[in-house]
Amino acid sequence: MELLNKSLRELGNLIRKKELKPSELLETLLKRIEETEEKLNAYITVTEEEARKRVEVADRELEKLSEDEIPELFGIPISIKDNINVEGVRMTCASKILKDFISPYDATVVKRLRERGAIFIGKNNLDEFAMGSSTETSYFGPTRNPWDLERVPGGSSGGSAAAVSARSALASLGSDTGGSIRQPASFCGVVGLKPTYGRVSRYGLTAFASSLDQIGPITKNVEDAALLMNIISGQDSKDATSAKVPVPDFLSSINGEVKGLKAGLPKEYFVEGIEPEVKEKVFEAVKRLESLGIEFEEISLPHTAYAVETYYIIAPAEASSNLGRFDGVRYTYRAKDYKDLIDMYKKTRAEGFGDEVKRRIMIGTYTLSAGYYDAYYLKAQKVRTLIYRDFEESFKKVDFIVTPVSPTTAFKIGERTDDPIKMYLSDIFTIAVNLAGLPALSMPCGFDSSGLPIGIQFIGKAFDEETILKVGNALEKELKLNTLPPL
Amino acid sequence: MEFEAVIGLEVHAQLLTKTKIFCSCKNEFGAPPNTNVCPVCLGMPGSLPVLNKRAVEYAVKAALALNCKINRYSVFARKHYFYPDLPKAYQITQYELPFAENGWVEIEKSDGTKKRIRIKRIHMEEDAGKTIHGEGFDENSYVDLNRAGTPLIEIVSEPDISTPEEARLYMQKLRDILVWIGVNDGNLEEGSLRCDANVSIRPKGSKELGTRTEIKNVNSFRFIQKALEYEIERQIKVVKSGGKVVQETRLFDSQKGITKTMRTKEEAEDYRYFPEPDLPPLIIDDEWLESIRESLPELPDQVKERFISDYGVTSYDASILVREKELAEFFERAAKAYKGEAKRVANIIISDLLGVLNEAKLDISDSPVTPEGIAGLLTLVDNGTISIRVAKEEVLPEMVRSGKSPEVIVKEKGLVQISDESALREVIKKVMAGNEKAVKQYREGNEKQKQKAVKFLIGQVMKETKGKANPRLLNELIPKVLEEG
Amino acid sequence: MRLTREEVLHIAHLARIELKEEEVEKFREQLSEILTFVEKLNELNTEGIDPKFQVIPAENVLREDIPGMSLPREKVFMNAPETDGEYFVVPKVVKK
Repeated sequence: MELLNKSLRELGNLIRKKELKPSELLETLLKRIEETEEKLNAYITVTEEEARKRVEVADRELEKLSEDEIPELFGIPISIKDNINVEGVRMTCASKILKDFISPYDATVVKRLRERGAIFIGKNNLDEFAMGSSTETSYFGPTRNPWDLERVPGGSSGGSAAAVSARSALASLGSDTGGSIRQPASFCGVVGLKPTYGRVSRYGLTAFASSLDQIGPITKNVEDAALLMNIISGQDSKDATSAKVPVPDFLSSINGEVKGLKAGLPKEYFVEGIEPEVKEKVFEAVKRLESLGIEFEEISLPHTAYAVETYYIIAPAEASSNLGRFDGVRYTYRAKDYKDLIDMYKKTRAEGFGDEVKRRIMIGTYTLSAGYYDAYYLKAQKVRTLIYRDFEESFKKVDFIVTPVSPTTAFKIGERTDDPIKMYLSDIFTIAVNLAGLPALSMPCGFDSSGLPIGIQFIGKAFDEETILKVGNALEKELKLNTLPPL
Repeated sequence: MEFEAVIGLEVHAQLLTKTKIFCSCKNEFGAPPNTNVCPVCLGMPGSLPVLNKRAVEYAVKAALALNCKINRYSVFARKHYFYPDLPKAYQITQYELPFAENGWVEIEKSDGTKKRIRIKRIHMEEDAGKTIHGEGFDENSYVDLNRAGTPLIEIVSEPDISTPEEARLYMQKLRDILVWIGVNDGNLEEGSLRCDANVSIRPKGSKELGTRTEIKNVNSFRFIQKALEYEIERQIKVVKSGGKVVQETRLFDSQKGITKTMRTKEEAEDYRYFPEPDLPPLIIDDEWLESIRESLPELPDQVKERFISDYGVTSYDASILVREKELAEFFERAAKAYKGEAKRVANIIISDLLGVLNEAKLDISDSPVTPEGIAGLLTLVDNGTISIRVAKEEVLPEMVRSGKSPEVIVKEKGLVQISDESALREVIKKVMAGNEKAVKQYREGNEKQKQKAVKFLIGQVMKETKGKANPRLLNELIPKVLEEG
Repeated sequence: MRLTREEVLHIAHLARIELKEEEVEKFREQLSEILTFVEKLNELNTEGIDPKFQVIPAENVLREDIPGMSLPREKVFMNAPETDGEYFVVPKVVKK
């Protein structure tokens, strides 16, 4: 466990100094997966054999290489959310419709990790097609929260967050469309970063809502997130929405000075509906940050109240479009009995998709359809402009914004599955960030009286992940929380 | 009651880029099925489109050649429908903001009059794959996605076309221009150019538009005319018998020469267009636009006018010469190399060279005969070395066959014609001696009979000299000799 | 916004998803709720506001016209539900 508690940088150093063999690290991790998986169900696929083969090669190569020839993730196993393509490995998107799909190519982020020596340990569970806030809509069953197995780990990257939390993953890549990295990170007591839209390539990420999706790291500490960001960030010629912005050295900037930074507390985020203990812990963290020299002021994001509604028009619309390709023709599950082509489509998709996915596809189809486009989709995109401007205005006064991640701590499995809208409202603090395309960090800032983790969110200016990582790192060192669940 | 037709055409033209519009798979016709495909054009999860720069350049080139205004800012959109050869279940196209608008093309009708057909808009989009339907008892269809992702421009005309003939001429003109500027290969059988027609009828002189039908995928010039002829008549019949034309999509059955219903308005698709989130808007700035404009060659109509005014070529001949860019270039080079009348160059190219090349199954661009060779050939005729007949019938074909220059061929084959007057006189006298009847006819006959006699004797002299006598000289000499007694 | 049964069936058809009889009512209710929920946006006056379809800069991102690697056949058909080795096989639009 000591080994699995180490940061990626520490592990990298040990390997580089030849004090740790990749195979030792892998075996330790595999053992931990074995110990925890039955309880957690954090993985859909564990690529044990493939990982062992690669680590064997890594061990041998290690003997020949000198210290500075060894890349920073050499022989280190990373897990990947199961909606990101890893070549040759099954990618299900937690759906029946892709239950046997083998990825024919690597996502760009996977390719970049590979180039730095990483090996892949498996694919983490998620809400089906990343649509959800609890990982309960997975075709492969829910993942459980390592802090309380009766509770959800959050979603949609629940598998990644739970594994990192339980140390059955050293670090993971998740995806975030409305909070899917940040919310599970806060429910599981780990760190999750959603980069600025365009900072990280989406090539290879199964699209959910194209104008909102981003891939980001889920790690045990802020430093690991920064290290992974160094590797996965940067323009990709295969993704026309990835930005031409240069990539700073995130890892070195996290130790920078935070004194003098200005932080904003949006008044609309601290109203009714937040669990008192969540509010309390967030304010305590704010006090700690003040003691480090950060100045806080109240700001206003007036259109906050409309963010969830805006999102639930835009995201399903784009999703309904992106999921049309799952049609039983080229690479998916196909229904067995059908009379003709249209029947094949309808039965394949009816049998292959779960209810939440169907709901979102249908809402999306409706809001894009003739006669409704202006009233719904177009309208929502206009409100999005207003939300974007809210942040623009605020960032004239402050360097970053502080909010809770979720109004509550992890809720019980099954508690919200009958009420889609109640489920949607758990994203209330994370959603506006995706609409505005901004970066945001979620990290633990305390526990409630049941011992459940509470997360705090730092929202940064576009392409200013450095500031929020810096602040996160400073807070982490201040709080020195024990984030190991009693699993 | 007399009716008139109102026709609008939507033409899809493939662009001759090396790769597809949104991925780097090869853009080529005829490859084995599903070999030019990748995660992007297969619509696999996680794939993303990236726009081909050359596709934009070719599209803009086409729009400029069609006199359009180029929109500096245009947006891609998704058009949704389900079909097995549409991998993403949406086509990336342009909807509200196309890259080009308000152009025109001029057609020349068979009666010589010209008509301008306005172009409403041109937009870029990706082609779908091909679905082959099983025959007979085969209940399956077969999908090949090689073509999915081929760059297309869709050219939408205003409903300015009034007859099926005009429609055919319009489509031919579009094709000629697109091939001329090098963005399309004009190959309709391979689907490089495809056409959908919208047609309605109305009482002659009326300003209101009648209900229109759409005829899809008519893929030859002949069929476009036929399909429209049939459909217009069908609509007239419907209206005359008291019925109403139903707004619907119809398919042309080329075997039977009829159109039939494909789907009605109720079954019409709801495409649920919205702007493509995976692609930034396309910005064509002044600099880029100018550089593309500069790369445009002189267009066929301008070249044709120039041939008429600068080279004295007839309008008819000029039309033929500008059918192909390579042909126009060939003519111009030959005309410049030849010191005499360009008209003669045009004539020998059109009446003779093209025929010989055609028989040898050669294109003008593969011609073994060079423009300078044509000039040389005509010069040999001018200076009397060979007759025009020998030039066309013997030397030119040999030039095509062997690629040798006319001078060499004339020498090798000993075709130099006899222009020496005294030598010719000898032969004429000989022929006269052996053909007393003709001589008598000349001496005693009227004008007409005289001409006949001369002609006959020319023929005999040619026979005698194995075609080498200079016919021009003969024409002068024979009467002279006959007169001299 | 209350959706009718017909509207739900129409949407399901557009989305090519077959709904079982028992499901139609359930989805009708849920979709109606969601639509009512999102209609809150009508409270906002958005006249004169441009939609923000993307949060990326308006800049061309273009690719050179150079052929790259295509997928080898095995990978193309690796996940195909039905293939004859050359084509993807699907049922006809309308079977006889």
